[in-house]
This record gives sequence, C-alpha cells and structure tokens, in this order.
Amino acid sequence: MAGPVSPHSELGRQRILAAWWFLAPMLVVLAAAAGWPLLKTIYFSFTDATLNNLSGAQWVGILNYYEWLDYGDGTGEAFGLLADEQWWAAVYNTVRFTLISVTLETLFGLVIALVLNAEFKGRGLVRAAVLVPWAIPTIVSAKMWAWMMHDQFGILNDMFLRLGLISAPIAWTASPDTAMVAVLIVDVWKTTPFMALLILAGLQLVPGDIYEAAKIDGVHPVKVFFKITLPLIRPAILVAVIFRALDAMRVFDLIYVLTPNNDRTRTMSVFAQENLFQFDKFAYGSAASTLLFVVIALMVILTIKLGRMDLEGNG
Amino acid sequence: MTRSRSLIRLVAVALSAGVALGAVAARAEELSLVSGAVGNDLAELEAQLKIFTEKTGHTVKVVNMPASTTDQFGQYRLWLSAGNADIDVYRTDVIWAPQLAEHFVDLTEAAKDVAKDHFPAIIESQTVNGKLVALPMFTDAPALYYRKDLLEKYGKQPPKTWDEMAATAKEIQDKEREAGSAQLWGFVFQANAYEGLTCNALEWIKSFGGGQIVEADGTISVNNEKAAKALDTVKTWVGSIAPEGVLAYQEEDARGLWQTGNAVFMRNWPYAYALGNGDDSAVKGKFDVTTLPVGAEGESSAATLGGWNLAVAKYSTKQEAAIELALYLASAEAQKYRALQNSRLPTIEALYDDPEIQEKQPIIPRWKEVFQNAVPRPSAPTKTKYNEVSSEFWTAVHNTLSGDGDGATNLKKLAARLKRLQGSSW
Repeated sequence: MAGPVSPHSELGRQRILAAWWFLAPMLVVLAAAAGWPLLKTIYFSFTDATLNNLSGAQWVGILNYYEWLDYGDGTGEAFGLLADEQWWAAVYNTVRFTLISVTLETLFGLVIALVLNAEFKGRGLVRAAVLVPWAIPTIVSAKMWAWMMHDQFGILNDMFLRLGLISAPIAWTASPDTAMVAVLIVDVWKTTPFMALLILAGLQLVPGDIYEAAKIDGVHPVKVFFKITLPLIRPAILVAVIFRALDAMRVFDLIYVLTPNNDRTRTMSVFAQENLFQFDKFAYGSAASTLLFVVIALMVILTIKLGRMDLEGNG
Repeated sequence: MTRSRSLIRLVAVALSAGVALGAVAARAEELSLVSGAVGNDLAELEAQLKIFTEKTGHTVKVVNMPASTTDQFGQYRLWLSAGNADIDVYRTDVIWAPQLAEHFVDLTEAAKDVAKDHFPAIIESQTVNGKLVALPMFTDAPALYYRKDLLEKYGKQPPKTWDEMAATAKEIQDKEREAGSAQLWGFVFQANAYEGLTCNALEWIKSFGGGQIVEADGTISVNNEKAAKALDTVKTWVGSIAPEGVLAYQEEDARGLWQTGNAVFMRNWPYAYALGNGDDSAVKGKFDVTTLPVGAEGESSAATLGGWNLAVAKYSTKQEAAIELALYLASAEAQKYRALQNSRLPTIEALYDDPEIQEKQPIIPRWKEVFQNAVPRPSAPTKTKYNEVSSEFWTAVHNTLSGDGDGATNLKKLAARLKRLQGSSW
C-alpha cells in the first residue's frame, strides 16, 4: 500500500480527483435511489397529498406533525402525528423491539462467534450451517414460524404439551401477552447468525501472539476475554450493533406477517405503511416515514458518539 | 357518376378490409388478472379462464394475491396510483368502489344489456356518481355452520340466539372432550385484526340491535349499550368456547379447524360449504348451515354483505379485451359454474331458480333471502375514509376481545376517534 501523500502536492491532488471520479457513479446512484425518494417523502409530509392526487399536493406546513384546533371557547384539541397516541405506541413498540432483539442477538452472536473461532473438527461445515436462518427470506421464515406457532396445528405447542411444560396450547401470535415474544423469538433466531458472522470476522483479526503471551503469564481465561478479546473486537461489535439496530428500527415484514395488526405490535414502519397505502392519508404516512428517518438518524449518531467509534479508520 | 360510385364502393371495400384486418390484429391479447383467493377460488378461476381462452383466443395470466382483502387493497392502491399498465383486470371487494372509482373504466355502456339481470342493489353498490366501476362476480353473506351429527347426538336444535349458541357449544365441547376429543372447540370465527373482523363484529352488534357503526346518513352510532354488550358477550367466548388463537384467525384458519372436524360451530362465507362437502373433508355430509343467531329475542339476524367484482383499469392498454374478460366472468354461464363448483352466490337473480344449482348446492337458493337482507358495511357513507373507519373499528373490537378494556370503554374511545376522523363531513 502507498504511504500517506500530502493532499497539497500534485500527486495528492491527482489522487483526490481520481477518487472523486471513482466515487461518482456510486454517488449518482445513491442520490437517485435513496436521496431523491427521501427528499420527496419529506416534501410530501408538509403537504396535503393523497395517493390519488400526488401532483396536486398543496403545501400545508407542519399540520401533519402538529396542529392545535381551537374550539374558540378556550378549549381545543391537538391533531397531528406528535399528538397521535397510536404513533407513540408504535414508537414505543419499535424501540422496545430494537433494544431487546439487538441485545439478545449481540449476546448470542458473541457466544456463537467465540465457539466458531475455536479450532474443532468440521468447523467449516458448522460455520456454513449457522448461516441458514439468515439466508431464508424473512417472509418465508415468518410464515414458517407462524405455522410452527399455530395454536392448534403448531409443532411448538405439540412439543411443549408432550414435555409437560404447558397444560394448554398457547396462542403465541394471537395473545397480546405473547405476540411480541413470538416476534422476538423469530427475529433472534433469524439474525443471530448475522451478528455471529460479523463478530467472528472481528475475532479473526485478533493476533494470536497476544493470547500466547497471556497464557505464558498465566492470566485467567475470563480475564483474557474481558481485558484482551473484548476491547479488541469492540469496533466489530459496534458496527454489527449499528447495522442490526438500523434494521430492527424499520422492522415491518416479520410483524406484518406474524401478528394481527394491533396496538401491541404495530411498529413505526407498519404505522407508516397503513397510512400511506391503506388509508387515504399519504401525507400523514409521509410524515411518519420522515420521523422514522429522523429517529434512526439520531440513533446512529448517538451510537457512534457514545461508542467513540472512529469511522476514519485512523485506529 | 358511375365512376364516383365505383370509387365509393372501392373505398368501402378497402375500409371494411381494414376493419377486418384490425379485428384480426386485436385478437389474441395477453391479459393480466389480479385476484386474491380463498379455498378453491384459484382453481375455479383457472378453469373458467381456459374456457374464456377457447372462446376468444385471449390468454389470461392470473396474478395471485394473499387472501386478506386488507393486504390486497394496499397493493392495488399503490399500483393504480402509479398508473400501472401491467394489470388489466382487478378482482375488487364490494367495499372498494368509492375509494378506487377514479382508476377504473366506466362499464355502464359495455354492460348495458346484462346489468338488468343482476340484483339492482349490487349494481348500485358498484356505481359511483353514475359510473359503473365494476361488474359483480359473486356475492357473499355468511352462515352459521353447525355439526348436524353432534347436535343430534346431544339432542340440540340449531341455535336461534348467540347465548343459545354459546351454551350448546360449551356443553358439546365439554362432553366431547371428556369422551376423548381433546381438540374440539365450540365455535370458530374470524377475529384477526383485519377487515374480516369488521364483518364479524358488525354482525354481532347489528344482531344485538346496536346499529351499523356508521349509519347510512353518516351518523356515528357505534357508542351504545347494546353494541358494548355484544362485544362483552363475544369476549366471554374467547378462551372458553373458541380457542384464544381465534384472535389471529382469518377465514382459512377457521375453516382449517372446522374441516378437520374440530369445531361444533363456525361462522364463514358460503365457499366453505362446497369445500366442507369435498372428499377430503372430515365433516363431509355431517353439517348444515343456518342464519347467524340474534343477540336477543325480537332482534333480527344480521349477515354482512360481501362479494367480489371485476374492474378494468383505466391504465390498461388492452381495454377492449379486458372488458370482454370482465363481462365473461360476470356472465350467467360463469356464475353458474362458480356456483356449482365453489358454492359462490350468483348475482344474477335467474340462477337461483336453476334446477342444477338447486340440486347440487342447496345452500344457494336458501341464501337468496339472507344476502338480500344483508347488512352493508358503512363504505358508502364514509367514502374514501372507509378503510380508516374500518381499521379503527376492528382495533377497538380486537382490543376488547383480547382483554384490553371493556366494550363500553373501547366503543366510547372509538366514537371519539371516528368523530375526529369525520371532521366536518365524511
């Protein structure tokens, strides 16, 4: 690899120019595929657009977000997304889902990665097999689990009944107490391999001689893990957590397929989809999408700041 | 004189040849029909399309959609708003006409000879501001399915009231379970949070005398004692005579339980009749249907009006052939086939007197009166806001059934939310 070159030298300028040329196609595609729709959505959230009349949308300011309707007698009522209890319930559901699922997936992923990092016979095969849940499309795994969790025909209830763990079949996805649990089970099952893979990649970058040195010094294995392994793979874990959290915040398919559409499991994405396409409230749905974007952006910034992650790669 | 006449003749010949050529060119279009399906719908549709292809030369590709009308609607609205030309004909729910009218071709002219054969009320339900949005394919009104053999065994009559139904269901369920049928449930219906729950709950409330959510003149009537009582009554069924999983059941889940012989009663549409009498059914010949029970003596039974129609997209580039397809699938011939194979209720009045239908699908002549008195969902008064009204309603009902607040509390909240949604007018 070439050493550092001052950006002010002739060579440095050439390199920067070349870099921009190489980046240009990606930037154009990104602007067209992500930037433009995002701007459009943000624009629509400040209008009264409906799906049947997108071109005739009129600017209405922040009315989709907040509006105080004065009844003229000192009383009034707040309208708009920020005053919509269903929206806040959706925010709560999403955040709760993200916190629990990402925490569990990180812990399980770490354990699996540590196991897979150890030398044992048939390691390649196991590494490949672990990825199977991740390779199945979400809709398919959601449907598969929906049948496994079916209250009458499901294999889960059958197994638990035979083992004597439960006395009556549980309606996993229907009962409000277990619907979120069911979603979490499927999500953890599906995405733990992803976490394991990213953490494993981090683990393989840890140089072996450090462990050897620790072994010679007689350091306890638990101490080795907390003092050597964990600090060294922290960047990898952080990247994995951010990826997963982003994904979890916009969860839609799993919940849409697996559970009835109600207040207990409705997430921000489900809320937005409902308003955009089911109801005649395209602008309101756009506002929800915009807020979802803002929330996700804030979360990423927060995670990077708190994790003091160095995206510049200056180690 | 003669020269000019022969010239005219020549032109006429050339013109007619051109027309003939044009007709040849217009033949054999490839159409796309999008349709959701439950039970046998798809097989029956494919069989009919084969006949259509033989008759006209047009081929039709069926784009298959999920069974839930709620899921279908979201996708269709998106396609139609984008002016999608890939789909020519849509199978549309009876409640969609006011919401999607502007995207479909006016079929008044095309159907002027056949429209009078259909029940006027159904044609009217598909007419928006004088525009015939869709042609009726079949109509729907649910029934209470009951196990003849089990009712006879315990000396019971088909129930007249919901309380009677619940008592009978409980008794048979308990006794049969003692006798070893551990899987048996008393009653299954559709209580997933979707459009189907709106249908079910409208029936409960209406048959308790609690109105129709939003009345024909636009008044929000749902917040009343009778409606609350209806929901509280149903709440007591969940987990006792109906499995708790019913809160996630749609039509096909209920039919799954029923057709494997694991339910005493079921609320479902007529399509389950033909399937229940199929060779692979565990309840073949062991069941019958009756009208849905009433809430109390003096009230009348209520069945929600359903039904599916065919609409031609304005954005289709093959509109002529597409209209031909819609006309064919709505024709007496196609409706009779559908009635015989799939026990779907025809929308053509004359078919109810058809001897073959009367013999093979006896439910159909019996159901003529039921669907004629069926209760429409408030899609006409609430116009483009219907989906949201329905969603608010089924959410309130689903919350009540899953124990999150009682009927009175949830309906009070619902009425306030509907009022807010209504604004100055629907």
